[in-house]
Amino acid sequence: MKQQTLPTNDDPVGIRGASVRRGDRVFIGLARGAGIFVLCLMGAIGAFLTWQAIPALQANSANFFTTETWFPDASPPVFGIAAIAFGTIVTATLAMCLAVPIGIGIALFIAHYASRRIASGLAFIVDLLAAVPSIIFGLWGLQSLMPRMGGIGRWLNDYFGWIPLFANPQQVYTKSILVAGVVLAIMIIPTISAVSREVFLQVPAGHVEAALALGATRWEMVRTAVFPFGRAGMISAAMLGLGRALGETIAVALVLSAVFDINWHITEPGGSTFAANIALKWNEAGTVGLSALVASGLVLFVITLVVNMIARLIVARRKEYSGANS
Amino acid sequence: MSLAPPPIHNQTIDIHEVLAGRRLPRWGVPSAAAAAVVVAVLLNALGIYGGVAQTTIATILLFVVGQTIWSFVIEGRRHAMDRLATTTIYATFLLALVPLLWILFTVVQRGISVLSADFFSSSMRNVSPRRPGGGIWHALIGTIEQVLMATLIAVPIGLLVAIYLVEFGRGRLATFVSFFVDVMTGVPSIVAGLFIYTGLILALGMERSGFAASLALVLLMLPVVVRTAEEMLKLVPTDLREAAYALGVPKWITILRIVVPTALSGIITGVMLAVARVAGETAPLLLTTFLTQGVNWDLFNGPQAALPTFIWDQISSGTTASVDRAWGGAFVLILFVALLYIGARLLARVFAPKAR
Repeated sequence: MKQQTLPTNDDPVGIRGASVRRGDRVFIGLARGAGIFVLCLMGAIGAFLTWQAIPALQANSANFFTTETWFPDASPPVFGIAAIAFGTIVTATLAMCLAVPIGIGIALFIAHYASRRIASGLAFIVDLLAAVPSIIFGLWGLQSLMPRMGGIGRWLNDYFGWIPLFANPQQVYTKSILVAGVVLAIMIIPTISAVSREVFLQVPAGHVEAALALGATRWEMVRTAVFPFGRAGMISAAMLGLGRALGETIAVALVLSAVFDINWHITEPGGSTFAANIALKWNEAGTVGLSALVASGLVLFVITLVVNMIARLIVARRKEYSGANS
Repeated sequence: MSLAPPPIHNQTIDIHEVLAGRRLPRWGVPSAAAAAVVVAVLLNALGIYGGVAQTTIATILLFVVGQTIWSFVIEGRRHAMDRLATTTIYATFLLALVPLLWILFTVVQRGISVLSADFFSSSMRNVSPRRPGGGIWHALIGTIEQVLMATLIAVPIGLLVAIYLVEFGRGRLATFVSFFVDVMTGVPSIVAGLFIYTGLILALGMERSGFAASLALVLLMLPVVVRTAEEMLKLVPTDLREAAYALGVPKWITILRIVVPTALSGIITGVMLAVARVAGETAPLLLTTFLTQGVNWDLFNGPQAALPTFIWDQISSGTTASVDRAWGGAFVLILFVALLYIGARLLARVFAPKAR
């Protein structure tokens, strides 16, 4: 993937001699060892999580995938990931619905609408959003955003309450999946916009100019030249954002009330996610409890791994046939 | 559209209009915006809705709808779509600025009222959660030690991996390493904490300590360091390497004495960004260290606080005084991250390769 753009500097011809070769050999060994170390690290994460997850999974007296309760330290232990899987998927989906259009809009703005001179400065401002630590997103979400989201929740209930998703029979509007989804959306916008921006900037200038020369408006140029070229990049940007939304811990743990059930009313308090559940239950968990949390962490690891691998594979395949732009 | 009929004598013809069709006048967009503001404020005054936020949203909606309809009537469907898209795209960018500015403003406003010399120099030992007072001294020590240790471990390994990928990496192994470095970027921070817990604390019997937290941070720093170092090493001109080879310098000395120093400023930039990324991580610390309210200089033994876990702890206490302290901690943390971020940016600009 990376190599074909590199100059091939094969071993320097004609340099021979025991001392030179030994130094080179040691150095190559070190460098290659570091590379292999990274691979081993990824393997080790999976291996150790699996190893520690097994005791709880064996002790579990309920179905791990369909149970909606979490009592791993009871005897017999009863726990399952159905509720946190639901919370994770719904918050991440909500975040994606908000963040993908906005993130791609920002990328288009920076790559093709803003003037060249200020574009990199604007990109920096959006990247700053990515630098804000997640604990601060959580604190802000809890203290500043949530009180103001109540109005939106109430409005959704008043006018769209006939859709079960937006109904709020409890008339309580705090710590809801909706708030968590909005906070997550804000957190993944920089990821999505940064990746799609890179792809949009690679669109061959020839395609752009050809579209404009044929009389296309700027939007038609975007639709006919930028989007077809950047489609794969946009998909992988969205998936990288999804990976981040699925694994986000602290911000979600703060703005979501850890009610352990499946609640379709997204403006009501309730729901938890894999990551938030681990952080919140960690200190009160016993031996089986810790092992059960590791098991749920393993599921999270596998999900994010698959999402990230698909995203990266799409980008890698894209790179192979994007020679047109050079 | 059909071309206009041939000009009849002494009637002036706008050649631009003939070629490009009728367009909105130059004052069209500003006046549409002004009209939208006026109507929105008027509706606000009439009590259809109330509040600054609602008026702003109404203004934007009125502007988008009004401009699109006007453009549709005068310019036709294609230009109306174009204007609609342009406005929407500008709006997405402004929309992203809202949370950023809101967060920065709130953190500064709430944080600055807590800050004092005492806040930096005292720990939380013997401070009741309900009472104001106490500070972040213990957390600052923990964060600096943990992040420093993580950097000391992650940078050499990351640099070696980057050197491998750029200078030696060909074939399947390099493709694999490169791919998994990318995938590693997406490993959730809580999973990094779980890995250190299962792999070192359970398997090897290590104590929970600041050092365990550092190792979890290494996992998160490593891919960032590799990626940025790789980008920077690729920018080093091949001529430099070849000149060294021509003088008979072995490849490994060439890399250490020529290639890495040339790319050094870029690598340092990348390291600073990686540090900024992990300094605010909370989840892995929660799993690998115990919280403490007192100062602990020893990274390897006993519970150690850190800024993010300090904020977490203060939020969990939930009293007015402790939430204030959380905001104070958030202010210091964001200041720390922002300084690293802006420093990295300045460094990158000052020492940018003169290639272009």
